[in-house]
Amino acid sequence: MIRFRDVSVEKGGQPILTGIDLSLCERRIGVIGRNGSGKSTLARLFNGLETPTRGSVTVDGQEGGKALRRQVGFVFQNPDNQIVYTIVHEDLEFGLKNLGLGKEEMRARIDTVLGRFQLEHLRDRLTHQLSGGEKQMIALAGVLVMRPRLIVLDEPTTLLDLWNKRRFMAALRDLEQHVVLISHDLDLLNGFDRVLHVQNGRIAADGPPDAVIAGYVAGSQC
Amino acid sequence: MLSDLYIPGDSPVHRARPLVKILALVVFCTGVFLVDHWAGIALAALLVAAGFALAGLHPRHGFAALRPALWILAAIFAVQLWLTGPALAAFVILRFALLILAASLVTLTTTAGEFVAGIEAGLKPAPDWVPKARIALAISLSLRFIPLVRSVLDEVREAQRARGLERNLTALLVPLVVRTLKQADETAEAIQARSFD
Repeated sequence: MIRFRDVSVEKGGQPILTGIDLSLCERRIGVIGRNGSGKSTLARLFNGLETPTRGSVTVDGQEGGKALRRQVGFVFQNPDNQIVYTIVHEDLEFGLKNLGLGKEEMRARIDTVLGRFQLEHLRDRLTHQLSGGEKQMIALAGVLVMRPRLIVLDEPTTLLDLWNKRRFMAALRDLEQHVVLISHDLDLLNGFDRVLHVQNGRIAADGPPDAVIAGYVAGSQC
Repeated sequence: MLSDLYIPGDSPVHRARPLVKILALVVFCTGVFLVDHWAGIALAALLVAAGFALAGLHPRHGFAALRPALWILAAIFAVQLWLTGPALAAFVILRFALLILAASLVTLTTTAGEFVAGIEAGLKPAPDWVPKARIALAISLSLRFIPLVRSVLDEVREAQRARGLERNLTALLVPLVVRTLKQADETAEAIQARSFD
């Protein structure tokens, strides 16, 4: 259960998010909104990358700190900024080393995730030589090996072509974890359980995808 | 550059422990700096050549490592030629070239992860207040950022050319620095998100 209690975020005296009150327990949650509406800030609150100026955010009772980050994985828009090491398997080991796992356990987890997405052939590749789609899959794999309970993705398909976008979304659909997806691509939210529309730092609409998206589209007509 | 030039292989040099390679490099470089006669330089050159052969590397790999430094070597040679004469200028240049080649032998046969593990192993005896993991990560990130910065540089250069700015250093450097700093910020957040303390 994710709980936002009267959350506000200010930066440089400017309100970014104001009075967010949410209880989220659905498996697939989408977040939509215009550029600068505050949805990325909202996403970053989930795993403590952003600290609320007022209020609190808890995930299964955990608030902030390393314990929260272990439960909530985060996939960024640009995988180039997320990949830390120069060789794929070394990058996948990075998060696992931070969890203090032994070599055998690390190998087993990496094998499982690479096998699941048919990425075994990338194991020893140089990360900067991967295609954009491969990089984003490796960024997702780097989060999945840590076995978080919730995965937050901030516009992860923006830099992908249609084929890679479909591949990435197929991978996402099969995950057993809870997922929060921030996206401008409304098609990706088909089949989601709940969608939040963020506008001017507030939740303007909250409900099933069809209703929220229809309202969002109607509101953006010129 | 480690991230660009690593050549996969299974030679004894590839298999050698990273810490051993790093320490051997330190000893070699110190030795090359201490020798002041041609026989010593010839022996050092022989050692580097043997290392390349043992690692199964082609001479073109060595040249690729030297190429970016050629203009610096040429500048040093010109200054030395003017100050000390041709013999000492050649000696100094050979010494620098051997250092670069020896370092590239390590980087060509060591992955970034192995390199970082080697640094961490080397730092093991250090007291607890030394942030070993942070030092190792910083080195890894420097290596990771080399190809990233270069690709940003290429993108900015192309964008400037498209706007007719062929040789404008400010127009090249400002977006490069801004984008690199932004990338560094996002990478720092990504590291935090992956539970690094």
